[in-house]
Amino acid sequence: MLMRGMRKAIHKFRGGAHVPHHKDTAELESVRMPAPATVVLPMQQHIGAPCTPTVKVGDQVFVGQVIGDSDAFVSAPIHAPISGTVKAIGPFLLSRGVSVEAIHIESDGQETLWEGITKPEINNKADFLKAVRASGLVGIGGAGFPTHVKLNIREGVTVDTLVINGAECEPYITSDYREVMENADHIINGIRRVMEYTGIPNALIGIENNKPKAIALLAEKIVAGGLEDRIQVVELPSHYPYGAEKMLVYATTGRTVPLGGLPHDVGVVMVNISGIAILDDYLDTGIPLIRKRVTVAGKAIARPSNLIVPIGTSIQDVVDFCGGYNVEPDKIVAGGPMMGAAKYDGAAPIKKQDNSILCMTSDETFAPIDEPCIRCGRCVDACPMSLMPTMIERYARLDNPEMLKKLNASACMECGSCAFECPARRPLVQYLRQGKQVERKAVAK
Amino acid sequence: MNKLTVTASPHIHSGASTRRIMLDVVIALIPALIAATFFFGTRVLLLTAATVSAAILAEMASRMVMKRDTDTIYDFSAVITGLLLALSFPVSLPVWQAALGAAIAIVVIKQMFGGLGQNFVNPAIAGRLVLMFSFPVALSAVWTPPLFGSAADAITTATSDVVTTATPLALLAEGAPLPSYWELFIGAHAGSMGETSILALLIGAAYLLWRRVISPVIPVTFIGTTLLIVTLAGEDPLVHLMTGALVIVAFFMATDYVTAPMNFKGRVVFGVGCGIITALIRLFAALPEGVSFAVILMNILTPHIETLTQPKAFGQKGGKD
Repeated sequence: MLMRGMRKAIHKFRGGAHVPHHKDTAELESVRMPAPATVVLPMQQHIGAPCTPTVKVGDQVFVGQVIGDSDAFVSAPIHAPISGTVKAIGPFLLSRGVSVEAIHIESDGQETLWEGITKPEINNKADFLKAVRASGLVGIGGAGFPTHVKLNIREGVTVDTLVINGAECEPYITSDYREVMENADHIINGIRRVMEYTGIPNALIGIENNKPKAIALLAEKIVAGGLEDRIQVVELPSHYPYGAEKMLVYATTGRTVPLGGLPHDVGVVMVNISGIAILDDYLDTGIPLIRKRVTVAGKAIARPSNLIVPIGTSIQDVVDFCGGYNVEPDKIVAGGPMMGAAKYDGAAPIKKQDNSILCMTSDETFAPIDEPCIRCGRCVDACPMSLMPTMIERYARLDNPEMLKKLNASACMECGSCAFECPARRPLVQYLRQGKQVERKAVAK
Repeated sequence: MNKLTVTASPHIHSGASTRRIMLDVVIALIPALIAATFFFGTRVLLLTAATVSAAILAEMASRMVMKRDTDTIYDFSAVITGLLLALSFPVSLPVWQAALGAAIAIVVIKQMFGGLGQNFVNPAIAGRLVLMFSFPVALSAVWTPPLFGSAADAITTATSDVVTTATPLALLAEGAPLPSYWELFIGAHAGSMGETSILALLIGAAYLLWRRVISPVIPVTFIGTTLLIVTLAGEDPLVHLMTGALVIVAFFMATDYVTAPMNFKGRVVFGVGCGIITALIRLFAALPEGVSFAVILMNILTPHIETLTQPKAFGQKGGKD
């Protein structure tokens, strides 16, 4: 039933996958995890230029202090999530195979707030964008695109709609849902503030209909605030990947982001729902993005939970806090099961973009087996971008950038719908990444 | 801790498997096999056993020769080739010829081109055509009447060892009287073993559609185009629908993944092309039936159809807004 303050999706996108939900942690209230003994902070937790450490080994650091920053526009500062001593600064291998520097901090057990923390003073749009950058906020739903870059709308571009991504279409993850249930006022207030400072007149919050309580709660808050003319909750079908940027813009506003384009091209800016709450909190307190909600789930974990963890906490520490393993996990995934990255060991730290840690047993996950492609076309049907994954795979293997360009390989967002549906269990996403690489290299030449 | 598995995303899967898809096709062909046995006797089962076992053995032997793993015999794809081939034969075909057809289909058409997923034409159709050119009389001139129905008495030729009659399509070409619609529908007429019972074929087709193993695009456009053209030519579309191999080929062979386009537009072009060629052969060529040629010609065109009908990507200029 539609209440005031909400409406249905305008469009349904073609393709996608009927993934299982597994939202078993939905009603588990978030628990604040105490500071672990050590944290590791890679200097790249976003898309764009890596940060340079602004502290030295042996330095004393405090909660919320900037420890890494960059002069580049497309970047976001990194802050100390705990107080303690910088023990080491050394190379760190990101899951995509790139090495960056990482700062290791040993906790003093105090969690002392940095004295430089001040509530930002905002008088105009420039102040606001500076504050967003200073908050360290990036696309914490997975991609890690710096939020201040998104909100910096170029001269001549008209953005009329702020789309808030609360779809949470990945199985298992309930951290955005918990954010809504526990922090709805911050979300609405954050949206209101972004609209006010950037001059975007309307906002739409997209949430899948498997979270009716979250939809109802936000609609209620919108109506209570008298904001229903400007902010609305859009009830999305529960289908993967409604949380993908282009699919969500299409569903909420009815607009199609052009191939190779950005939401700005159709007058839209998109921010993750938990990100909005973090931003609102920063504007109130000056405490930047140093902790975030993470769903810990999977059959192997003893106590599935929603935690508010310091960024940089190792997966092992999170697992220990959740009572360890029931059984040995076969895979540990940071992020959702459709797009998350499998980890080599529990030492990997939680980054800004990680919204879940999945400890999966071998019967709930799968390993690709790479049987021959039978050209069944399920990948073609599943691709929400209307690409032909198996053809892209073929030309990636043939190292043929011309055909890859014709097949629009670079438009692939690696949602994994194709590989999820593939009866031959081919690692299609891996091949698609290869195809994108081949195409990119040819363009670079 | 044990070693963790590290693979590219996604980390969950729908559970679909090639084996299950192939098994579904086998299941879908069982009604046709039962109907064939009912109308043409237990020799149907003998021929089917011969083609299926020849297909599996040929797959195993050829892969052993090529030093490739022979586990592929368990994926049911060779079983499908054997089954479809048997169902496309007249019941009187000598067993050795049937087995030879299956071996050619598997070794020459499938394995020599790289095995599952690599053949450029449908193995069963190609195997049948090779036999048709090698043994034209056994494959297209000797038709055993069904055990039941009016056609059972309509014996036109009797020699010492075989009793032959004419298929409805041949009768149609001669302007001779045909069995009733009901008899055509249930399969009580002369023809290849598995093609006569439209009822049994439609049960199997419905199963495949329900299991989403096949999409209706190719069968609908194929059959629709054929019937439209024959109707315009002044012939009875119901007779054309229920005689010859149109239904079995449209649902079970033209939908073969490997040799048909994967995209919607490509499938429409493929289906319409099959329909046009089938109708033209039926109406104007010396042969009474043309579905095999139609499908094999369109199989060959499939890579080009696919390239020319590539779907527009989401947000691509010229695509849907």
